Amino acid sequence: MPEPIRLKDHEKDARLVRARAVVGATVVLLLSLVLVARLYYLQVIQYEHHSTLAENNRIHVQPIPPNRGLIFDRNGVILADNRPSFSLTVTRERAGDWRKVLDTIVSVLELGEEERTLFEKRVRQGRRPFEPVPVLFELSEEQIARIAVNQFLLPGVEVAAQLVRHYPQNEHFAHSVGYVGRINERELKKLDPVDYSGTHHIGKTGVELFYEELLHGQVGYEEVETNARGRVLRVLKHTDPVPGKDLTLSLDLNLQKAAEAALGDRRGAVIAIDPTSGGVLAMISQPSFNPNLFVTGISIKDYAALRDSIDRPLYNRVLRGIYPPGSTIKPVVALAGLDSGVVERSTRVFDPGFYQLPNVKHKYRNWNRGGDGWVNMELAIARSNDTYFYSLAHRMGIDRLHRYLSHFGIGQRVSLDMFEEAAGLMPSREWKRVSRRQAWYPGETLITGIGQGYMLATPLQLAQATALLANKGKWHRPRLLMKADGLSPEQLMASGLLAARPAPPDIQLKDPHNWDLINSDMQQVVHGARGTAHKVGATARYRIAGKSGTAQVVAIRQGEKYDRNKLQERHRDHALFIAFAPAENPQIAVAVMVENGESGSGVAAPVAKQVMDAWLLDEKGRLKARFAAPPQELAHDNER
Amino acid sequence: MTMNASFDRTLSDEDVLRRRATLLQRLHIDGPLLLLLLLLAAGSLFVLYSASGRNLDLLVKQASSFGLGMLAMLVIAQLEARFIARWVPLAYVLGVILLAVVEVMGHNAMGATRWINIPGVIRFQPSEFMKIIMPATIAWYLARNNLPPGLKHTAVSLALIGVPFVLILRQPDLGTSLLILASGAFVLFVAGLPWLWIGGAVAAVVPVAVGMWYFVLLQYQKQRVLTFLDPESDPLGTGWNIIQSKAAIGSGGVFGKGWLLGTQSHLDFLPESHTDFIIAVLAEEFGLVGVCLLLLVYLLLIARGLVITVQAQTLFGKLWAGGLTMTFFVYVFINIGMVSGLLPVVGVPLPFISYGGTSLVTLLSGFGVLMSIHTHRKWIAQV
Repeated sequence: MPEPIRLKDHEKDARLVRARAVVGATVVLLLSLVLVARLYYLQVIQYEHHSTLAENNRIHVQPIPPNRGLIFDRNGVILADNRPSFSLTVTRERAGDWRKVLDTIVSVLELGEEERTLFEKRVRQGRRPFEPVPVLFELSEEQIARIAVNQFLLPGVEVAAQLVRHYPQNEHFAHSVGYVGRINERELKKLDPVDYSGTHHIGKTGVELFYEELLHGQVGYEEVETNARGRVLRVLKHTDPVPGKDLTLSLDLNLQKAAEAALGDRRGAVIAIDPTSGGVLAMISQPSFNPNLFVTGISIKDYAALRDSIDRPLYNRVLRGIYPPGSTIKPVVALAGLDSGVVERSTRVFDPGFYQLPNVKHKYRNWNRGGDGWVNMELAIARSNDTYFYSLAHRMGIDRLHRYLSHFGIGQRVSLDMFEEAAGLMPSREWKRVSRRQAWYPGETLITGIGQGYMLATPLQLAQATALLANKGKWHRPRLLMKADGLSPEQLMASGLLAARPAPPDIQLKDPHNWDLINSDMQQVVHGARGTAHKVGATARYRIAGKSGTAQVVAIRQGEKYDRNKLQERHRDHALFIAFAPAENPQIAVAVMVENGESGSGVAAPVAKQVMDAWLLDEKGRLKARFAAPPQELAHDNER
Repeated sequence: MTMNASFDRTLSDEDVLRRRATLLQRLHIDGPLLLLLLLLAAGSLFVLYSASGRNLDLLVKQASSFGLGMLAMLVIAQLEARFIARWVPLAYVLGVILLAVVEVMGHNAMGATRWINIPGVIRFQPSEFMKIIMPATIAWYLARNNLPPGLKHTAVSLALIGVPFVLILRQPDLGTSLLILASGAFVLFVAGLPWLWIGGAVAAVVPVAVGMWYFVLLQYQKQRVLTFLDPESDPLGTGWNIIQSKAAIGSGGVFGKGWLLGTQSHLDFLPESHTDFIIAVLAEEFGLVGVCLLLLVYLLLIARGLVITVQAQTLFGKLWAGGLTMTFFVYVFINIGMVSGLLPVVGVPLPFISYGGTSLVTLLSGFGVLMSIHTHRKWIAQV
């Protein structure tokens, strides 16, 4: 059967195509509605969401770190300022493989493996995404040039200018002003993340740490419009940072240098306080170190050298060094004896060269083995007679000694604004029972009376006790800060800018005349013919009230003699001297500790005198007129 | 007197109308299409000026591409569809050969081999040529027989579509190969392919898609699909584009941020903002209203295309016009769908708006075909 011939039916084809076109048009319309619905969903229903997204894309808030407050000495000499410095920053998110980029930096700048490790550590410390993290500081011009030439190899690497802390006086104020360093992870947890969002450094020690809040200031903000690559196109809003407050310290650069010169190359501590205000005039712990090393991160090698040095340059002897105060405590003990009525001014003690408790064989020896014969209080202080003070201490008992000496600051943190001050130790029955689980022995009272035994004090505490002797018991906590923003530390505390640290109550004697008596006895130490420090007094242009002392480093056993030749140099006694001057109108109280100096009167006293000379005498070697003025007008003069 | 006056007036009115129609007809230009195309061209330059960051050079290039495309359209419109039909098989064979040549020695750009480059002479994409020729081929083949197509003719058509589809897919260019597939398939649809078969094909999409995933798709193509399914999974990598384009569209709201005021594109958050993602710029700056207006113009173009399809005198003309018109909508739908996050990202430009000369010339050539089909009708039929 032949296949039927199929003719083309044009009408039918046209109808078919027309039907399909209608279907097609319907589908097109429906799908267009889908698109419109989708756009309606995005642009109307989700408008807020996407609008926020687009804004967040575009607008970034960048912190502007405040300039850290400057630190001046009392004469306006800059002790700490901010210097522009170029640092190398890495932005992890833009660097791609940032470890490889670090390798390239190391090879371009020809650095070593040690820096490479440090770089990696610093990059890891980056806090926010897209934050440029500084890895290398104080770039030299050559380094900047090398980075510029190789920029194409270093994505995400930039040379940034910033202000970096600088200490123009180098090692002179390392132990008082302290230094700043990079914020570490532990500090980061405690800091206000907003206020420190643009800050890389924080005070680590000294004034820099104690006054961190004042020095830091308040962070500023910049709202910027950025493109997708993070490039800032324009600033939309700008809030200025509030710079930190400038601090003026009571320290005096010239006195500081004079004191360092007086100490020479010996190890030791010198602290000078203005007894009328508590202001610290000079604070030396020698040897010192250059604080600038710490600002941008000290190298491991440099740090090891400082840390492991036998001379311990990082050790703040003024605040952290605790020593038996030795004979320097005797004026305070004598004053306590008078005030408590245990001794009279006329009380005499016979010194055969030792003291014995009743019914005890042990001999508590005077430093002068031959004995001084009959001694009264004046002679006992001038000659530093131990036997008199054994007797006095025995009669007073440890409880009263503890009360008086504590009031003079022994065993107490005395400072107003110094970081990490050691408390020292003023022993008591209670203390011994708790810490040693032992009763207090009478013999321990005796050696406490001459500043030995358990008693430990810092040079700062000795200076404070001296200042209290000088100003008749008026308590001013020693402070480094003189003015911040025109406000004294007390005013700062009153306005809540500084944590309050009230001074202990002033020391009230039953008979205030006793202050003058002890003052006079201390003058005898320096100016009396039999005074231990009479050699110093011979050349003095003004009256000095002082007291020498030695602090034992190695205990000497009963029956053994102190033989300097047998002892290694580092085991020799520390030399101590406390003094204030002019005796009739005290303007400066000084405590000197010379490590292994052996003789308080021979080694430490001349240092103290040089410090006082530097403060009190004018260039012609005469007492400055303002210090000779009577006390009533003095307060006026000081405010100048 | 009265008669005279009224006669004059009627005459002069008709005269004007006839004379204008005569001019366009003489050039074989379809008035409505031309008007819509000019509208789109003007809109494109407007949006491009903003999207390119006020780049006038780019604008001049786009305008000259448009001029070139118009010229191509004009030339093609002069050819009679019946005349073209004779050359379609040859064009198809030539196109397949060129695609094969690309496969062997094509010029590599952006990780895909799509170009034929004879230095100093010509540089073009055979796949673009195929976008016009593919529906023509199927239309030519089906028009020789009765509609609807039987099993044999459908199978041959699919084979004809399959060869260039595979060649382009291997370049690799998923977007274009799917468009070629669609342009051929639409001719089959217009030709009355039985609904049962269409339903079967749709049902077969799932296993085919799974097979493609494992054996055909390249890693970057898979990544695009994955990113489409969950753009947040890689917000800084491949998901970036979608998140940013959605933010651009969404932040435009109903009335937009205003011309030249879109932040997403001007701050470079929006990638490809003057090419594939230009609709996001338009949506950001002109809002929902702007996009709807654009869609309206597209729908009018498509409507005119379907009218031409229905009115075409030859079956070949009907099928080709229908295929081209439907494919045009696929462009629009895929582009807007992908930029708004409805579809995965495939490289399909927005017709007439996106920057790019090749795409413009191809599209305008397609509209030239429509005009040719419409304007070479024998007037006897109408009278």
